[in-house]
Amino acid sequence: MAHSAPSVDFRTRLQEWIPKLVLSPSLAAMLIFVYGFIAFTIYLSFTDSKMLPSYDWVGFENFAKLWNLSAWWVAVVNLMIFASLYIIICTVIGLTLAILLDQKIRGEGVLRPIYLYPMALSFIVTGTAWKWIMDPGIGIENSMHLWGWTSFQFNWIKDRDMAIYTVVIAAVWQTSGFVMAMFLAGLRGIDNEILKAAQIDGASNFSLYRRIVIPLLRPAFLSAFVILAHLAVKSYDLIIALTGGGPGRATELPATFMYSYTFTRNSMGIGAASAVIMLMTIAAIMTPYLYAELKEKS
Amino acid sequence: MAAVEQDTAVRTGGLTRIFIYGILLIFMLFYMMPLFVMVANSLKPLPEITGGNMMALPQVWTLEPWRQAWSAAQIGVEPTGLKPYFLNSILMVVPAVLISTILGALNGYVLTKWSFRGDKIIFGLLLFSCFIPFQIVLIPMATVLGKIGLAGSIPGLVLVHVVYGIGFSTLYFRNYYSSFPTELVRAAMIDGAGFFRIFWRIMLPVSGPIIVVTVIWQFTNIWNDFLFGASFGGQSQPMTVALNNLVQSSTGVKEYNVHFAGAILAALPTLIVYIVAGRFFVRGLMAGSVKG
Amino acid sequence: MRGYFGKKMTFVAALLATTSMAVAEDVEVLHWWTSGGEAAALNVLKDDLAAKTIGWIDMPVAGGGGEAAMTTLRARVTAGDAPTAVQMLGFDILDWAAEGKLANLNTVAAEEGWDAVVPAALQAFAKVDGNWVSAPVNVHSTNWVWANKSVLVGLGIAQPNSWEEFVAAMQKVKDSGKTALAHGGQAWQEATMFDGIVLSVGGVEFYKKAFIDLDPEALGSEQMVEVFNRMATLRSFVDDNFSGRDWNLASAMVINNEAAFQIMGDWAKGEFLKAGKVPGTDFLCFRVPGSQGMVAFNSDQFAMFGQTEEGAQAAQGEMARAIMAPSFQSAFNVVKGSVPARTDVPNDAFDDCGKQGMAELAEASANGTLVGSIAHGHANKAAVKNAIYDVVTAHFNGEYDAATAAANLVSAVEAAQ
Repeated sequence: MAHSAPSVDFRTRLQEWIPKLVLSPSLAAMLIFVYGFIAFTIYLSFTDSKMLPSYDWVGFENFAKLWNLSAWWVAVVNLMIFASLYIIICTVIGLTLAILLDQKIRGEGVLRPIYLYPMALSFIVTGTAWKWIMDPGIGIENSMHLWGWTSFQFNWIKDRDMAIYTVVIAAVWQTSGFVMAMFLAGLRGIDNEILKAAQIDGASNFSLYRRIVIPLLRPAFLSAFVILAHLAVKSYDLIIALTGGGPGRATELPATFMYSYTFTRNSMGIGAASAVIMLMTIAAIMTPYLYAELKEKS
Repeated sequence: MAAVEQDTAVRTGGLTRIFIYGILLIFMLFYMMPLFVMVANSLKPLPEITGGNMMALPQVWTLEPWRQAWSAAQIGVEPTGLKPYFLNSILMVVPAVLISTILGALNGYVLTKWSFRGDKIIFGLLLFSCFIPFQIVLIPMATVLGKIGLAGSIPGLVLVHVVYGIGFSTLYFRNYYSSFPTELVRAAMIDGAGFFRIFWRIMLPVSGPIIVVTVIWQFTNIWNDFLFGASFGGQSQPMTVALNNLVQSSTGVKEYNVHFAGAILAALPTLIVYIVAGRFFVRGLMAGSVKG
Repeated sequence: MRGYFGKKMTFVAALLATTSMAVAEDVEVLHWWTSGGEAAALNVLKDDLAAKTIGWIDMPVAGGGGEAAMTTLRARVTAGDAPTAVQMLGFDILDWAAEGKLANLNTVAAEEGWDAVVPAALQAFAKVDGNWVSAPVNVHSTNWVWANKSVLVGLGIAQPNSWEEFVAAMQKVKDSGKTALAHGGQAWQEATMFDGIVLSVGGVEFYKKAFIDLDPEALGSEQMVEVFNRMATLRSFVDDNFSGRDWNLASAMVINNEAAFQIMGDWAKGEFLKAGKVPGTDFLCFRVPGSQGMVAFNSDQFAMFGQTEEGAQAAQGEMARAIMAPSFQSAFNVVKGSVPARTDVPNDAFDDCGKQGMAELAEASANGTLVGSIAHGHANKAAVKNAIYDVVTAHFNGEYDAATAAANLVSAVEAAQ
């Protein structure tokens, strides 16, 4: 045993170590480039950094300043409006389209890529196109007028109180097709025997979906929610291309706020503080999801 | 169409079906409209845009804006068009997508078939990394790239995109592989197959759908990135930065037709990927990622 | 890394086949001048340098008046890979100098005698602690009104010389059904009008007290309320569709006889010239009524970042020399609409508005009525500038009245310091 074991042991041990070795570069990269940088940001939020990082500790001053800024409050309220509408509308449209597409539709192969393609475009392109379409002077309002419907009015993008909803429209256009694909995948994964059994029991189409199908789609709902929520919190490019944060500062979101304070206003400390708040929000959304996800598997 | 099995127990009557087709068509128009506007206006001469109807087809058809955007528009001091930047994007996207997909596949394989104490926490950490706002990593990332000598180069950009792409690619492969029977892997192990042999012979051959999903996702995200490209691209700026220079130029007449042609050119590779591989997309999603 | 870079460049150069001649040293230039006219102007500089076998590596990042470029710059400097020269404005230059990142151009400056020919107000942004760090390319001024002559003649309106006359003129235009004031609703454009209005209300003394010294009393004063009242008056003469419009589209409204006036910096002139309009015949340029004799300026400069290698330093020095050469200053500014940064450049090549601008700049510089633009980062640091933007744009978009705006200005400026 003392003589023959080591070589076997070595092989087994190597086999045991290979998976961890394979995983380690990713893990190391993650620890440095994600968690290290997050720690750095948290640290910056407690310093008086202006244009470049500085290391003079100022405690919670940046957070106090942040919550005193009306622009930050506007950004937070906008995010709440935007995120809730965006998530709800995308989910409703996505689910509806998925259910309808699942009814043995002729031409599904044509419709599906059309619903999906917006996801392939960058937000910069989406924003530029929608900015045009919703501009009353050259866009859809103008077209309607030229076609004779002169009382038609659609000037939300120029209206301080309505502009945030134009952001919702463009964002929904971009991602609702993707959400549709996720639900469609979920629907196709449901065992038909269950549905047939329910039908024999005399369930109507509507109650079939409400009682059986939708509850079975729970994982798809969760995935959709997480993807939509993180897109909402990270929304930056779309605002820049669509409204530039205007009219005035009416469509600023936390992501644009953070960028402008960090990079154009040379107030890196306050920018970092707002980033910390955003990270905490994301963590609050993600943790329950991760918990459920991981518990289910064990 | 043939990609995904059509099978539903629900039956619908004629009137309902008209209603269903109606809704589906309305949404089709909704999704098509912006693309239509971009394509139609990119084929018009400029006066027709500024003085005419956005929704109308061109009265005079012209390909000149496309030629301009591709090879003659002013991007910097040289009127080069988007052409030279296209190559930069390709050089960046291809390795970044390949590396992050391979790493994701290996990670997913380890996390599902070679589980060990703490693997769930590691997965949780990887997953959370998908969600950090990229603006916060700019400054520390610049420091790191400077230290390792990759600042302002394509390898630097590839590194950045791989690092921030691993989270999603691992998520996709892990969820896909978790529904793959572990018994098969066990049996192969007993037969004496090693870690890589099992991956190569057993896992990879069944990974088609999820590879498609991951490649589409990564390709789209990396191709469309502006922030990292502008910050770390140096003299190898990708297409999105050039498009921004074209669209945002600070003075001069706004050549909308050229801008739209440029925007479509910049989006073309991702559009093609979606249209060509899109039919595998739902199948890939179905095969794993939404099942949690 | 250098070696890698070298190879990369050869590779790219070979691919593009743009240049085959060997260059001694390159300058890398980060800028946001990507439109046709501006790029043509920069090409003058590029060719100048090429004649001295100095290569030009172009690094354009457009958007938002240089905001995107400044982010790129920060990443580059943090990575220890700063470009040779960076297009920059006002306080940004001083901030970078304070970080110790800028080069010392004293040798070139002394050889070329920059001290004698660059106005003192400009030197305040190009010299730090007595050392030249940056080469100014031009001087723009912001308190200009651009007017469509045929619209004015058609309605029998003379060039307004006082605020009251200006308001009366705009009313007449509005009554005729045309847009009185062409404007694009972006924060910086509103702030650009604000520059001129502050001068017209309180003159240079008030301007300096409120916006250079940031005296809270002046910021919240009755005069400031009047400034906001005038902004509200301007708002009432703007069309409904102004929000988010680019400034050059607003200029186009004046050019195309749709609108009578635009308050904008002298870069707007380029749009008129390109449309084939002649100053004095087709369009008029005059100072914002009430601000005659005063000039709010901003200056594009090329800030030079510290280089370690001798060859790179030499190339950088040559570039600075070329920028300040009278021939380049004239050639560039004729195209750009601005006036030269040195006062000894002959005005032969300039049009009437350009000549007027040059004369007024020299005059204002001599009389002490030359002030840095609030809107364009020549009065305050970025944080304060943007805090002022916030209040001006919120008020202009009708969020609150003039008195509240003045009060908010005091608190916003205080919070940003």
